[in-house]
Amino acid sequence: MKSAADCLLKLSSISKSFGGARALDDVSLELKSGEVHALVGENGAGKSTLIKIVTGAVEADAGSIRILGQVIERNGPSISRKLGIAAIYQQPALFPDLTVAENLGLRLESPRGLRFIRWGKRRETARRLLERIGAEISPDALVRELTMPQQQLVEIASAIGGDAKILILDEPTSSLTEREVENLFRIIGQLREAGVGMIYISHRMDELAKVAGRVTVLRDGKCVGTRAMSEVTTGELIHMMVGRELSSVFPKTPATLGESVLRTSNLGCSESGVSGIDLEVRAGEIVGLAGLVGAGRSELARILFGLTPADAGQIFLRGEVVRIDSPSDAVRLGIAYVPEDRRRYGVILDMPVTSNTTLAILRRISRGGLLDFAKEREITETFVQRLGTKTPSLDSPLAQLSGGNQQKVALARWLATEPAVIILDEPTQGVDVGGKAEIHRLMSELAGKGLAVIMISSELPEILGMSDRIAVMHGGKIVGVMNRAEATQENVLQLALGHSAREAVA
Amino acid sequence: MSLAIGRYKRELSVAAAYCALLALLAVAAPRFFQVQFRDTWVSAAPTLVVAIGMTLVIVARHIDISVGSQFSVCAVAAGLLAKSGLPMPVVVTATLIVGAMMGAINGWLVAGLGLPSIVVTLATMVIFRQSLAWARQGELVANVPEGFQWFGHGQAAGQWLVIAAAVAMLAIFAWGSTWLAVGRQVYAVGSDREAARLAGINPPAVVFGVFVLMGGLVGLAAILQSVRFAEVDPKSGEGLELQAIAAVVVGGTAIAGGRGTMLGSLVGVALLGTIGAAMVFLTSEAQWDKAIQGIIILAAVTSDGFSRRRKQVL
Repeated sequence: MKSAADCLLKLSSISKSFGGARALDDVSLELKSGEVHALVGENGAGKSTLIKIVTGAVEADAGSIRILGQVIERNGPSISRKLGIAAIYQQPALFPDLTVAENLGLRLESPRGLRFIRWGKRRETARRLLERIGAEISPDALVRELTMPQQQLVEIASAIGGDAKILILDEPTSSLTEREVENLFRIIGQLREAGVGMIYISHRMDELAKVAGRVTVLRDGKCVGTRAMSEVTTGELIHMMVGRELSSVFPKTPATLGESVLRTSNLGCSESGVSGIDLEVRAGEIVGLAGLVGAGRSELARILFGLTPADAGQIFLRGEVVRIDSPSDAVRLGIAYVPEDRRRYGVILDMPVTSNTTLAILRRISRGGLLDFAKEREITETFVQRLGTKTPSLDSPLAQLSGGNQQKVALARWLATEPAVIILDEPTQGVDVGGKAEIHRLMSELAGKGLAVIMISSELPEILGMSDRIAVMHGGKIVGVMNRAEATQENVLQLALGHSAREAVA
Repeated sequence: MSLAIGRYKRELSVAAAYCALLALLAVAAPRFFQVQFRDTWVSAAPTLVVAIGMTLVIVARHIDISVGSQFSVCAVAAGLLAKSGLPMPVVVTATLIVGAMMGAINGWLVAGLGLPSIVVTLATMVIFRQSLAWARQGELVANVPEGFQWFGHGQAAGQWLVIAAAVAMLAIFAWGSTWLAVGRQVYAVGSDREAARLAGINPPAVVFGVFVLMGGLVGLAAILQSVRFAEVDPKSGEGLELQAIAAVVVGGTAIAGGRGTMLGSLVGVALLGTIGAAMVFLTSEAQWDKAIQGIIILAAVTSDGFSRRRKQVL
């Protein structure tokens, strides 16, 4: 029998409804000291709600929360923090215009009363915390100037500094490169040895096996089961999550390749640090752009879409030289771009599904500047059905849709332009397993219809499974191009890390 | 159609408040409808026309506080042009162009140079006003020709003409903002400029166009105001920017851009434009008028805050 103290957090029979919708139904979960407990499930399965109940952002309708054996009667964000619960979300919640030390000070120092700030001590504390997690970040750096992974490290430092016993990591690796992921796992290992219990949410199955001891699967607000990670295969987990077998997660079907659609010659842009790009995409082909974050993949996409116009080299579309100086040039030429951060750059959350779908084809759905609403609904309806978008209605504002479905609307907007080339930047980031497979199937289908696809992805299995050819970028250049047959996780990763092609093959 | 009602909740509740006010007047001071009702609408007509433009500007996530100064310049220009003996259609067209040109200056500074609209229009507000003061030394434009006042149709017909012009403008812009592709673009740019740009829309062009339209509408509003009097006051536009912005905000247009309707601005103008006169009839005290307008604005903004908080809880 394990002692009560061994069990850091115990959630028993938690239920929660929003309006009429049942978000959680009789969910129980146990977190032991020094354990990494994975929490998986499709979008909308109830993971976020469960986390919000633990951190006190939302109150449960029924069930109990025990921390170290003690029942928590009242919970709230400040109460949970005092109890040693810290959460790290995908988007770091730091003050961008304050320094790292100031951000940590605000979290960790007692805010009460009129006290002088001891700047020396504040900086020293920050430096020590950052050092403990092996982060090479200056306490005086402005948070605004840090990369996303660095900001995440600051969040972790703040959790450690606050003596968190229970740490919740919500998709911590979604914007990290392989190397940064390894660093994070190293820190997770340290924390585990120190007895911290962690709830780890991720869509990346391969990671779970590496870090988690146990895994709890949620589906439609219900707990499907808790298993030891060593006793469960990825296939079984996916089965538990979706309740059905997926033939394959990456179903790229071979397509007959047509003519060259897009070709670049020595393309570069000094502003975005990309140079000497020779890339070709043919009709029906998916070219995967692999590389670490900051290798210049999104920057290349932005050049091709006219957001940061090229200042060197040439772009050929179906053999003819074209100039792309603005997104409207790109749209006119039949180039579509589904950006990475869809919340910031993709969909418009205030606008309904219809307007979002047709935003790039306003000219086509209007005659003499007059919108044809019947045509708009017809086009939207077609794409909602084709992509299987789940939405309350065609007129629902996009804010009411889940992340995966927002992504589908973003995709629909660009497919509606009937493009010749589509650039997908992290098309499945933050999308659940079922949604992922659907987007992959869709990509195959699009390529099969003769579309040229450029896919940027940080997930190697996705790159290897979906691409006909893989171009690896490093330091703003393409450092290697290979066919699917010759690509392996190892040689793609080596190229991405900056080793030469010959070394990679050897 | 519960969905449609939910979407126009703000417009309907402001309209309900306006109707309640009229009902109160009908019971307590029925004389209001004989002496004041039409006058209220005649004097609200210029504000309504400015509010139409202001709705577009605010939906596009900008603001124009120079409209009062633009209005004064346009009014004086209209008076002088009429005195020089030009036919009325030419006077109207020229005044619209004067307004549109001032709007183009704002638009160029905001959209072309990317300067913040609140600062740009604060500066042009002072520049337009002081240029006018310097050119005219505060002099009224007196003795405007017969054909100018009430468009030469006499007071009764002229009043209806003023109201009709403002309502027609509202109808055109209400229609255009939902049925025209450019209308959709204004909302898209105001909601999310970067997303709009990625969708191939040219945000600077849209914003420039909105400011030019704003100026043109101010020109029209200035005509509708000036034809009511025998002389044109070079200070006639003072405070107009606040009236217009208040009406638009009360009508439910989000100050953060992307949301708002022409219908909302209409009921906003109606409510704020009637409350002053109504106070005189109901309590015979006029000094409460501005305070009550302030309370209405606060109430509108507060209800926004509450409904937003309710959404966040979910």
